[in-house]
Amino acid sequence: MKAGLWAAFVGAVVEAWAELRIHKTQVLLSLIGVGVAVTALTGVVAAGSIATQATVEGFERGSGRPATVAVWAYNPVTGEQPSKTDLDVAFATAMERYGVTYTNRTMYGGLSVQFPDGVMGISAFGVDQPYGAMHRISLKQGAWFTDRDALRLAPAIVVSEEIWERLGSPDLRVDPTIGIVTPTGTVDAIIIGVTPKQSLDGTYLQAYMLNDDYDAFAPPQDPNYPQLPNYEAWVPPEAADQLLPILQRDIAAALGEGWQVDVQRQDYLAWQVDDPLLVPKIVITGIAILVMALGALGLLNIALVSVRHRIREIGIRRAFGATAGRVFFSVMMESVVATFVAGLAGVLLAIVLIRNPLTESLLALYIQDIPGFPIEAALIGLGAATLVGALAGLLPALVAVRVKVIDAIRY
Amino acid sequence: MAFVELEGVTRSIDLPDGGRLDILRGVDLRLEIGDHVSIVGRSGSGKSTLLNLLGLIDTPTSGRLEFDGTPLDELDAGERDRRRGRDVGFIFQQFNLLPGRTALENVVTPLLYATGTQFWKRDKIAREMLERVGLGARASSTPDQLSGGEQQRVAIARALVRGPRLILADEPTGALDVETGATVMELLDSAAEQAGAALITITHDPNVAALASRHYRLDGGVLHEIASDHVRSLAATGATL
Repeated sequence: MKAGLWAAFVGAVVEAWAELRIHKTQVLLSLIGVGVAVTALTGVVAAGSIATQATVEGFERGSGRPATVAVWAYNPVTGEQPSKTDLDVAFATAMERYGVTYTNRTMYGGLSVQFPDGVMGISAFGVDQPYGAMHRISLKQGAWFTDRDALRLAPAIVVSEEIWERLGSPDLRVDPTIGIVTPTGTVDAIIIGVTPKQSLDGTYLQAYMLNDDYDAFAPPQDPNYPQLPNYEAWVPPEAADQLLPILQRDIAAALGEGWQVDVQRQDYLAWQVDDPLLVPKIVITGIAILVMALGALGLLNIALVSVRHRIREIGIRRAFGATAGRVFFSVMMESVVATFVAGLAGVLLAIVLIRNPLTESLLALYIQDIPGFPIEAALIGLGAATLVGALAGLLPALVAVRVKVIDAIRY
Repeated sequence: MAFVELEGVTRSIDLPDGGRLDILRGVDLRLEIGDHVSIVGRSGSGKSTLLNLLGLIDTPTSGRLEFDGTPLDELDAGERDRRRGRDVGFIFQQFNLLPGRTALENVVTPLLYATGTQFWKRDKIAREMLERVGLGARASSTPDQLSGGEQQRVAIARALVRGPRLILADEPTGALDVETGATVMELLDSAAEQAGAALITITHDPNVAALASRHYRLDGGVLHEIASDHVRSLAATGATL
């Protein structure tokens, strides 16, 4: 930029700022609408990003992180399933061959446990250690299983907060136990972790155990209809398409003839196409745009009145060398500078509302990776405010340019 | 070479009834750097219109006006504005200070349209100019906190801050009492002389007019030169022009 143009730009901003400073009360009042709208707009974009992350994490808790593949095997003629031992070996061998380390087998079932007020059934998952990372299991207290938990003499268990509270919220540092009721007696399992509360009425009674431990306590299976675990593996998304048919081929080959093997992605990216939050996002953005338009109208109104009160001043400035272009730019800049400042305040308010410790502690219950305040939200807010300022400043700037210097000085 | 030269300049306006009003007729005037010229005339005689033409605020209907060697019709509106900012300083009867701004901010105003050092060191330059007119201590005062004389001194500082070569003063003492007016004129005269600028004063006051070296009267839009002795004798008797 040429030195003269730069001076003209800075000069126009200085003039605009001085003008705003002098008329601060009316400017402030006219900008409240713009500031609120920017807060809403920025907040919606930021909250949308957080909600998207929450939704994604919710999906990932259910069906695993991208790309999680599920493996099934059955006889297409009889519907019969291979034995757990055969499938365990075929699955583990294939995964090992291709270096897939995040693998898991989930068994769904139940356990009877001893609470202070009696024995009660809870739902229980038998899982492998990688399940926690694959399904984004977040813990309110304690830690997820490690490989060393398999070596414990007493089984390790991760329980939901509801179970933990029923047990009297014991301190995990003293290795509290929960009694698992079996036909031969009660076995104590050590509580190593607590998952966050999922229900308001305390009925979400759920626990995780490592598969070997769970098998020892799980109710006996019907030999005619044996239940196989869900086999799943977490593979790199970019390699998934290539890996799926190979895994399918290898596992089928390992099981031998007569078995149909399906290997399919089950994570949300395999089926989720539309943004689930699109409609609420559109509605709130629409409201924000409406508030912004109303704010702009208020601003325009005050700017027009203000410019008519300043005809003499504009004449004086013209007498001292302000060109028509400079007057146009200065008057427009007043509006732009004002809305930019309002936009900045709106963005800051949105950041404070969304990233304060209270909100974050609430979000942490549901989201593992709380996304940072999205820069695009701040830029959209500031951009919208500046655009509104430019539009609202256009008309007063045209009025200012039409002022005749001679008439204005005598005004 | 003349700094401003008018030759056969007329300025007319169209009236709502379809007629035409000649405000200035056949005006010839030559101003050089360092000139001090007074122009007197009754209300409506065209004094302010002449001042606006000299200050590039207005353009003639016909005739030739040359500003710093360039014919006016060769300057577009933007260039006229820039030259006005650079070369012309205005002082108005009603001071026309910007309300709500401090004395310093008022004096800074013309420098906002400058470039280079004048722009970037505007506060320092304006402060020095306020010192020169004796208002260094009132830099933070707004016009409503200043007396009439002080306001006009701020206006003089504002007119001179960019070092103009032409100072146009429209009734500079019209809103001041006699004593304050004399002090202000003394200041304006010496400031213009120090700056080596041409000073054109429009006035009704023979004492103010007497300070000039050349004198003109506008009658019905026609400019006549009048003898300096005549003006001085009127000033001595206290008559009005």
